[in-house]
Amino acid sequence: MVVPRRGFLTLGLLALFGTVAPASMDRARAEPASIVVASTTSTEQSGLFKHILPAFEAKTGIAVKVVALGTGQALDAARRGDADVALVHDRPAEDAFVAQGFAKGRFDVMYNDFVLVGPKTDPAGARGTDITAALTRIAAAKAPFVSRGDRSGTHSAELRSWKEAGIDLPAVKGEWYRDVGQGMGPALNTASALDAYILADRGTWLAFKNRGDLAILVEGDKRLFNPYGVMLVNPDKHPTVKAKEGQAFIDWLVSPEGQASIAAYRIGGEQLFFPSANVSPVTKAKP
Amino acid sequence: MTETIHETFARLMTLDRDVLAIAWLSLRVSLTAVAIGLLLGIPLGAFLAVTRFRGRSALVGLLNAFMGLPPVIVGLVLYLVLSRSGPLGSLGLLFTPGAMVAAQAMLATPLVAALTRQVVADAEDHLGEQLRSLGLSAPRRAGVLVYDTRFSLVTTALAAFGRAISEIGAVLVVGGNIDGHTRTMTTAISLETQKGDLSLALALGIVLIALVVTVNAVAALLRGHAVRAYG
Amino acid sequence: MAGITLTDVVLVLNRTMILDRLSLAIPPAGITALVGPNGAGKSATLRVIDGLLVPARGSLTVPGTRRAFVFQKPALIRASAAANVALGLAALGLSRTERRARTGAALARVGLAHRANDPATRFSGGEQQRLALARAWAARPDLLLLDEPTANLDPGATDLVEALVAEMAAEGTKVVLVSHNLAQVARLAADVIVLARGRAVEHGPTRTTLLSPRTPEARAYLDGELPWSSLAAAS
Repeated sequence: MVVPRRGFLTLGLLALFGTVAPASMDRARAEPASIVVASTTSTEQSGLFKHILPAFEAKTGIAVKVVALGTGQALDAARRGDADVALVHDRPAEDAFVAQGFAKGRFDVMYNDFVLVGPKTDPAGARGTDITAALTRIAAAKAPFVSRGDRSGTHSAELRSWKEAGIDLPAVKGEWYRDVGQGMGPALNTASALDAYILADRGTWLAFKNRGDLAILVEGDKRLFNPYGVMLVNPDKHPTVKAKEGQAFIDWLVSPEGQASIAAYRIGGEQLFFPSANVSPVTKAKP
Repeated sequence: MTETIHETFARLMTLDRDVLAIAWLSLRVSLTAVAIGLLLGIPLGAFLAVTRFRGRSALVGLLNAFMGLPPVIVGLVLYLVLSRSGPLGSLGLLFTPGAMVAAQAMLATPLVAALTRQVVADAEDHLGEQLRSLGLSAPRRAGVLVYDTRFSLVTTALAAFGRAISEIGAVLVVGGNIDGHTRTMTTAISLETQKGDLSLALALGIVLIALVVTVNAVAALLRGHAVRAYG
Repeated sequence: MAGITLTDVVLVLNRTMILDRLSLAIPPAGITALVGPNGAGKSATLRVIDGLLVPARGSLTVPGTRRAFVFQKPALIRASAAANVALGLAALGLSRTERRARTGAALARVGLAHRANDPATRFSGGEQQRLALARAWAARPDLLLLDEPTANLDPGATDLVEALVAEMAAEGTKVVLVSHNLAQVARLAADVIVLARGRAVEHGPTRTTLLSPRTPEARAYLDGELPWSSLAAAS
C-alpha cells in the first residue's frame, strides 16, 4: 500500500544488476564457438562474406563475426587482440604486422583488382589500360579526383600508383583532389555526386548502386591487382586469441573447398575474387 | 528519386527476415539500455533533488552537460576499456550486444538523472517542507517524490529511448556492425547508404521511425489516462 | 508537559533578519494563536518550532516527540486519499495493520471515508485541507502547527476545519495557529501572541489582547485588522 520505499541500499543492488545485465545478454549466445575476423569495409560491402561463410559455419559449427574497418584499423584491432584473424589487402602492412610479431605468418587467399572509375564523358582522357598514363592526364587536367584518405588498402594502392606515375602529390594537390577520409562506399557516393575520378576495388564497384554517370575507364593493368592475405593473430602476444578456431578458418579458406567458394561468388554474372592460395606461407608477390 | 521511393515501398512490403532481426536487435539493446538508465538515473536524480551538500550545484551542472555527451566519444572510451588490451578486456564484451547495451546505458543514464532531478526538484518545491515535517528520511522523500512525478518521468524515459535507439556512434564503435550479430537499424542504415543502396536504407529508416512513433504513442496514451485520473 | 519556549532566537534568510531575538513561551495546552502583520515572522516561527528552519542563535525547547504541520496549501501527492493519509504514518514504524486501522479511522473522522480510494489531487480545496488534517490526526501528534489553514477555503469548509482543530485540542493536542483571520482567532484560541518585525510584542488571553492591546505595535496591527462587530458576535 502507500508509496514505494526507496532506500539507497537498493541503489547498490541496482547498479550491480546494471553491470551484469549487459554481459548476461550475451551469455546464452556465447555458447557456440565463434571467432572475430577483422577485415576491410570494401571486402564486406562486396558481399563476399555473406556468400562464403555459411558453408564454413555449417561445416565446423564456428560462427564467424566479421568486423569491417579500414585496413589500418583492422590491423590495429588485431594488434590489440580484439580480433582472432585479420583478412586484409595491403601487402606492406601485412609484412610489417608479421615482422612486429603479431602473426607468425601470412597466407595468400585471393586477389581482385582495382579499377579507375570516372565520368563517362572522360574530360581528362584517362580511358585505356595504363593507370600511370591515366593519372598523369588527370593531374595535368586538374580533373576532380576523390581519394579515400583512410589508411585503407585501396588508399595505399592509390598512393603507390601516383608515386609510380612520378607525380609528387603534395606538390600538385589542389582543389581538384578531394581527400574524404572514408570507406569505399561513401567515397564512391561523393565521386558520383561530383562526377569525379576515383580508384575503387572492383568488388565494391560491382555492388555499388548509386553510380550516377560513372563508369569503369581503366582496368586490367597489372599494377592494379589487389592481393588479399589472411593472418592468425599470434597467441603468444594475446593468449585469449582463439587460435584453434582461427586456424580452422584459415585452413578452410585456403582449402580447395574454400577457394572454390570464393571463386563462385558473382555479381551480375561477374566473378569478383580470384583464388590464389598456396599451401605454404608465401613471401613473394603473386601473379 | 521516384524510383527510389517505389523500391523502398517494395522492400517494406516484403519485410524480410534480415530486417526483422535487425529491428529486434535495436529494440532489445535500446530498451535494455533505457531500463538500466532508469534504474540508475532515477535514484541519482531524485537524490540530487532532495539533498543539499557542498558541490551539489557543480555536480548538477556536470550532469546537465553529460546529457549532451557525443555518442561516438562514449563509444571510443568504452572501446578502449573493453578491448582485449584494455582494463576490462577479460569480460569479452567487445563486439557483442552487451557492449552496445553498456554504451547506450552510458548515454541514457545522465539524461534520465538530469531530467529526473529537474522534475523532482520542481515537486520538492511544493511538497518538500511537508515531507520533511512528516519525519521522512531523504531516501524516503526521494521515493515519494518519484512516485508523485511518475507520469512526468514517462516523458523522461521516452527521451532516453529516443536518444538510445537513434544513435549510431557508440553502437558502431563497440559493436562493430557485425552482420547477424551486432547490426542495428542505425548501423544498417549507415551501411546501406554507404553501399549506395538508398532504397533499403530508406526502408530501414521508415521502420525505425515507425518503432519510435509507436513507443511514443503508447506512452502518450498512458499519460492521457493518468492525467484524466489524477488531474 | 512543559510548554514551548524560544529564547533570543535569531533567524536570517537570504541576508534578511526574519526573527530578531525572538523570545516567547507558549503554554502546554490549548490553542495558541500567532498574529501580526506580513513579514512579522509568524510562519518562520512555526517552522523553527518544527525544525524546518534552524536559527542562527538562540535556544528553543519543544516538548513532546510527535509534531504535525498543516500548511496553507495542502501538500498532497498524486495518490489516493488513503495513501496520502498513510504518508503521515510512514515514519512512525507501525505495523501494516495498525497503519491501515489508523488511516481508516482518520478518514472517517474527517468525513471522507467514502472517498478513500479517490485521487487526492481531484478533491476540492476544503476536502484537501480536511485530508491534511486527517493525516495530521492519524499520527496522534503532541503538537499541531497550522499556517493559515483556512485562508483559501469557503466558509463551510472553514467551519469544518475549525471544528476539527478544536476537537483535537480538546483531546490533548497542543495547537499553535497562525492566522490573519482574527474572528477565527477569537473563536478558537485561548491565548494570542502578537509578533512584529521578528519579535513578540504582546502575549495574553485572546479577549483582552484583541480588545485592549497594551503595546503600540499590537494596537497598530489590530486597529487595522479588527472589525469590532464580528469580534462582538464571536464572543
